[in-house]
Amino acid sequence: MKSLIQKLTETFSPSGYEAAIREVIRAEVTGLADEIRVDALGNLIVRKAPAPGSAPAKKIMIAAHMDEIGLIASHIDENGFVRFTTIGGVYPQMLMGSRVRFYSGAPGIIHTEPLEKPTDTPSVEKMFIDVGAKSRKDCPIKVGEVAAFERPFLELGDRLVAKSMDDRIGCAVAIEALRALKSTPYEVYFVFTTQEEVGTRGAETSAFGIDPDLGFSIDVTGWGDTPGRKNFEMALGKGPAIKIKDGGMLSDPRIVNWMIKTAEKARLPYQREVLLGGTTDARAMQLVRAGVPVGCISIPCRYVHSPSEMVDINDVQNAVKLIGALLSNPIEL
Amino acid sequence: MAEKMTIGTPQFKLLEKLCNASAVSGDEGEVRQIILEEVRPYADEVKVDALGSVLVTKKAASGSKALRVMLDAHMDEVGFMLIAEDGEGIYRFETVGGLDVRQLVGKAVLVGKNKTPGVIGARPIHLTTPEERQRKIPLDQLCIDIGPGGKAKIGERATFATRFKRVGPSIFAKAIDNRVGCAILVELLKNAPAHLDLCLSFSVQEEIGLRGAKVAANYFKPDLAFAIDSTPANDLPHYADEENIFYNTRLGFGPALYTFDSGTLSDPRLVRFLAETGDSEKIPYQYRQPGGGGTDAGAIHRQQAGIPAVSVSVPGRYAHTSTLVMRVEDWKNSLALLSATLKRITPDLLAEDRP
Repeated sequence: MKSLIQKLTETFSPSGYEAAIREVIRAEVTGLADEIRVDALGNLIVRKAPAPGSAPAKKIMIAAHMDEIGLIASHIDENGFVRFTTIGGVYPQMLMGSRVRFYSGAPGIIHTEPLEKPTDTPSVEKMFIDVGAKSRKDCPIKVGEVAAFERPFLELGDRLVAKSMDDRIGCAVAIEALRALKSTPYEVYFVFTTQEEVGTRGAETSAFGIDPDLGFSIDVTGWGDTPGRKNFEMALGKGPAIKIKDGGMLSDPRIVNWMIKTAEKARLPYQREVLLGGTTDARAMQLVRAGVPVGCISIPCRYVHSPSEMVDINDVQNAVKLIGALLSNPIEL
Repeated sequence: MAEKMTIGTPQFKLLEKLCNASAVSGDEGEVRQIILEEVRPYADEVKVDALGSVLVTKKAASGSKALRVMLDAHMDEVGFMLIAEDGEGIYRFETVGGLDVRQLVGKAVLVGKNKTPGVIGARPIHLTTPEERQRKIPLDQLCIDIGPGGKAKIGERATFATRFKRVGPSIFAKAIDNRVGCAILVELLKNAPAHLDLCLSFSVQEEIGLRGAKVAANYFKPDLAFAIDSTPANDLPHYADEENIFYNTRLGFGPALYTFDSGTLSDPRLVRFLAETGDSEKIPYQYRQPGGGGTDAGAIHRQQAGIPAVSVSVPGRYAHTSTLVMRVEDWKNSLALLSATLKRITPDLLAEDRP
């Protein structure tokens, strides 16, 4: 599974430009599903049919977003420096000195105009990407081209570190859950969604198209177990989190109960998640058409939206097991 | 077809009529009437929807499965709504849509359907201290004065009083955002290519949250969509010795193609197709700088199971103020690019998955 996580996190696909990661995922799920298709916004929809002889099957949508935060070129100046703006929640203090890679493959480094105090964090407007060009003509980047953090995968014992763990780790969990799923009474739609980081847009349209009876997202959540963190009980290694609420959604209590009972029956560790800010694809799924009961399984993740996001492999594996248990047995909400 | 589509007297007259009409968000009736008269002779179906948008269908000549292409332009403009009467023709007001309060003081306005003249008044320089003149006047201290004889009611709208003018290569007018888009849509309808189902939405309430376009997209359920709008140009050469890197768009550089704004990551297939069309037909175009702001595409692409969408805008200086400045060439090239693009579109455009 670690090599899968490495492959997923070392692929560059900022929001709106998910073709590269979609092809990596498509190669993984081919042969595991009954139908694979791509919709108008680029979502990869992977359907697993119910076991023959099942009662009329409920449709379950499981969303993991495959896009990542990034940058987009807004101007190439006369000396070949690339000005940019951000896609999704990029913190300026993470950018200085970072290396990025453009969608075309071209690498670059980020620096800033001189600051009043060298210790200040520059605004995005002051920063630029140096791609090694000597002039505008020489610059391989065009206005509108996107880039993402360049940072290789790192293994620190049980702890795995990479850019875009948010939410390639959710993609990895979904892929492994599908791989392990031999038979299900449901019609299961694993959806690898697009444009989550700019407002859960892919989940909104794919949920409309699928029209599920229930669903959940798999995404990262924040952490409370490093120096100075307060009021958020979430630790790496204590199990996947079952979301009760976040900044944009209240999980359906029936979904929460279903997840908790299933985890306890299977003797899997879990954490209860009450997240004050941020949200996931589940918010968009909940509000489509006439409304959908939803929840979310979260992977605790340190340093979210930095170039080095950290998860614990045990939480990841237990999330796979929990989802397997959820999808194996019929449930009445 | 592109070469036949010139901007002549009828097009100028229509844009003048559209810009001079009052149509603050939620009160688009005057522009709607003009549009209805223009489109009826050319349309297969014309409908005014529940929110007030004009929805026009022009079917493909062959009845089989034609691509359904939505073209959107919003009819509404930013403006004012009267909220309280102080007597003697003095009214408090709220802004409708994104307006900079600093830019309102001293502007002439027209109130209500009768276009009663008025002014957003403030004390003159004789009666202010140097210190007061350093501060911005907050909205709740501004009022519209129509005089004791003027007739107005709470809830009525007001617009800037600016009248349309053409000066050489330029047009000076209020509400070019987005009457130029409406004028372009009318021309595209008149010259509709026979192989497409054209779905035109002259949408309401864009300036207060893309509301008309959202429901229009659900009505049409198109295969893809173009939002045609006006976008700010910040291209004054006022950066002394420094290169201007925040121009957004530039006058005279042609239609602005959107890749990314706060509401939409444009479908890259459509952006590429527009650029290829511009290159091969030798029509100038520019990329709007990625960044904030947004158009109706932000609502349209999120409807149904997703609708590939892109925005094409005519650049204009001083958007959302009393007078916007646009170049006739940019209008013409926007029309030419869109017309050529429609003519060349085939279902192959969407045959490959979104990159």
